[in-house]
Amino acid sequence: MQAMSVQRNKIHPHKYSLWIAMGSITMMFIGFTSAYVVKRAQANWFTFQLPMIFWISTGIILSSSFTVQMAVKQFRNRHMQRYKQLITLTAVLGVAFAVCQWIGFMQMNAMGLPLNGPASVSFIYVIVSVHLLHVLGGVVALLIMFGRAFRTRIRTYSPVPIEVAATYWHFVDALWIYLLIFLSIAR
Amino acid sequence: MSNEATLHSQQEVMHGAAAHGHGHDDHEHHHEGGFISKYVFSMDHKTIAKQFLITGILWAIVGAFFSVLFRLQLGFPDTTFPWLESILGHWAKGGHISPEAYYALVTMHGTILVFFVLTAGLSGTFSNLLIPLQVGARDMASPFMNMLSYWFFFMASCVMMCSLFVQTGPASGGWTSYPPLSALGDASIGSKIGMDLWLTSMALFVVSQLLGGLNYISTILNMRTKGMSMTKMPLTIWSFFFTAVLGVLSFPVLLSGFILLLFDRHAGTSFYLSELFVAGKALSNEGGSAILYQHLFWFLGHPEVYIIILPAMGMVSEVMAVNARKPIFGYLAMVGSMFAIAILAFLVWAHHMFVTGLNPFLGAFFVLLTLLIAVPSAIKVFNWITTIWRGNIRFTPGMLFSIGFVSTFISGGLTGIWLGNSSIDIHLHDTYFVIAHFHIVMGVSAFLGLFAGVYHWFPKMFGRYLNNTLSYIHFWITLVGAYLIFWPMHYEGMAGMPRRYYDYSNWESFKQFGDLNHFISIVVIIVFAAQLLFVFNFFYSVFKGRKLTTTNPWNATTLEWTTPINPGHGNWPGEIPEVYRWPYDYSKDGVDFIPQTVPLSKDEEAAGGH
Repeated sequence: MQAMSVQRNKIHPHKYSLWIAMGSITMMFIGFTSAYVVKRAQANWFTFQLPMIFWISTGIILSSSFTVQMAVKQFRNRHMQRYKQLITLTAVLGVAFAVCQWIGFMQMNAMGLPLNGPASVSFIYVIVSVHLLHVLGGVVALLIMFGRAFRTRIRTYSPVPIEVAATYWHFVDALWIYLLIFLSIAR
Repeated sequence: MSNEATLHSQQEVMHGAAAHGHGHDDHEHHHEGGFISKYVFSMDHKTIAKQFLITGILWAIVGAFFSVLFRLQLGFPDTTFPWLESILGHWAKGGHISPEAYYALVTMHGTILVFFVLTAGLSGTFSNLLIPLQVGARDMASPFMNMLSYWFFFMASCVMMCSLFVQTGPASGGWTSYPPLSALGDASIGSKIGMDLWLTSMALFVVSQLLGGLNYISTILNMRTKGMSMTKMPLTIWSFFFTAVLGVLSFPVLLSGFILLLFDRHAGTSFYLSELFVAGKALSNEGGSAILYQHLFWFLGHPEVYIIILPAMGMVSEVMAVNARKPIFGYLAMVGSMFAIAILAFLVWAHHMFVTGLNPFLGAFFVLLTLLIAVPSAIKVFNWITTIWRGNIRFTPGMLFSIGFVSTFISGGLTGIWLGNSSIDIHLHDTYFVIAHFHIVMGVSAFLGLFAGVYHWFPKMFGRYLNNTLSYIHFWITLVGAYLIFWPMHYEGMAGMPRRYYDYSNWESFKQFGDLNHFISIVVIIVFAAQLLFVFNFFYSVFKGRKLTTTNPWNATTLEWTTPINPGHGNWPGEIPEVYRWPYDYSKDGVDFIPQTVPLSKDEEAAGGH
């Protein structure tokens, strides 16, 4: 009976799929950044300073990675109250990150660097906003977690969903840091 | 067979086991659902496979019909066909296809067949059908994502279909959609709303491919049944695995390219645009590079051709071993060569760009890497031939199509060696030689592989057989017809006849090919009719075909034939069978075939098994 029909899963299939999805998203940004590199090597490349607010948003997303990891820990210990607070905080930090990026766009626009300006400027808008979409996807995932935590009729004890969400959250965080470093160095 | 006996004896135990069942079982509980959840929003991989196949067949009819229409123009440039006006309206005034319509037809023919038929219809169908059945899983890693994968494809199909009916017509800048033509709405009528719909549809398509690909990979790596080590997997599964890896890594890059193109179209950015004049007016765009798009496009575009051909290779290997009653020759070499192809696929994209002003020094590396692909390809061809060499061949329709695949893969592959040389490419690029090359090696071969798969696994899908006579007629017309269509194009191409031209009769150098074009077009019509015969056979047999009486009609070793004739949700009524041996034990020790589920005998164990 024990050895029956159980499918052998070394790692939960959803976690596994997430890792592949992250590889896939990475490829997309490699596509963007290599287009950036190719374009940069051509004549008339326009350089400028990134708005400072992108560094503030970096601080925000870094701290949100910390809170989401705490949330996972609280979930495992079944401290549901703390868990709910922490994922709410994480989602709020995610939104704050989005707001900062948006302010960054406004500042660039005010500095005379609009979306339809030189390609080096357009690239910032496109890369940052596509990344932002991925962060907002993470916020949606956290909201779903949040809804689940408030359900009274069905209780979930499996940590897999929140672990998947947290891994994704760390991923968009790391992705942003890569992008920021890349965009600062390869100006 | 002992196998079936075990299945029955375990049926009772199963009721208890289903509850604890396998790893994650959120899909376990709705297999008793109504029509909608059973046939429409189904999460069963077998139903999703059929959805992909039938959608693919419908698209193939549209795409192939488009080629008939533009071949009418190429073969009969001076003749009018009044009936064309009644179906195409002002696109064919006076029964003569307009140049705009011609470009739209050519573009949509390419898009539909490359993406919607040979990507979604081929790997979508057979990855879904065969991965869980052949690795011994109840379903995909995430049946829900798998369902989404089909419905994203469906949405992509709807958008693309709508684009055919907008007033300014569908995208018509070629299936590659190079900017600046595709980036500027004023450049041609096909670059207006049709191009936006094309990009939207393709974005949805990419999402569909990624959802599917993720699932295929995690199912293959995580959900194999007990005993099914990677080296005991059938070559079909290996090929779907490499296909999915290629798709997951290359489609996102295509999406990046499309996003930048959308910004150029609608946000006034200049990623791809620079110093342009449209209708005498200078545009404000500066500093963009159209070549950048080509890099992004072909970084997908080249792996894409392997996404198309690898599943066909895998299925052909399987069908050939089964019908030659011999083990596949060089199993590990087959896997290794597919791996090599998958790696090289990412390193050769610039061979599509030899004449774009690419640095010739850089080009030399791409020539070398391109020619290297000949090595794994030749290994595979050698192994297929040695597999059927002195085999006990059964010429089933599936087997004939497989042999046809090897034939076209050789003759189309050899011309690739010419085109892969940058110096020869200067003469041959964008001529009919290229058309002939990729249609034979990728289009026809992939179709033959697809047909081999359909003929071989149709009994598994529908519990019935296809009509054999119609199948043989279909095969011979298709194979002979394909050569008659594309072989002469090599000569046209060597004479320098460029592709994508509307009418060649004005050129002194190409007038000589008037009769040849005439001939090709007639063959196209005949071959198209033969495909309709297949479509008829398919749908007729789904409902009225001869019923299967045995679970294993081809006497094959793989796991899908251990399921009941019409497997339900979860595939095996009892427990999932355990695997003890590789899938190619044919004619071993005087035994015709030994299924994978049969434990090794004492002698075999002593010999180290396989």
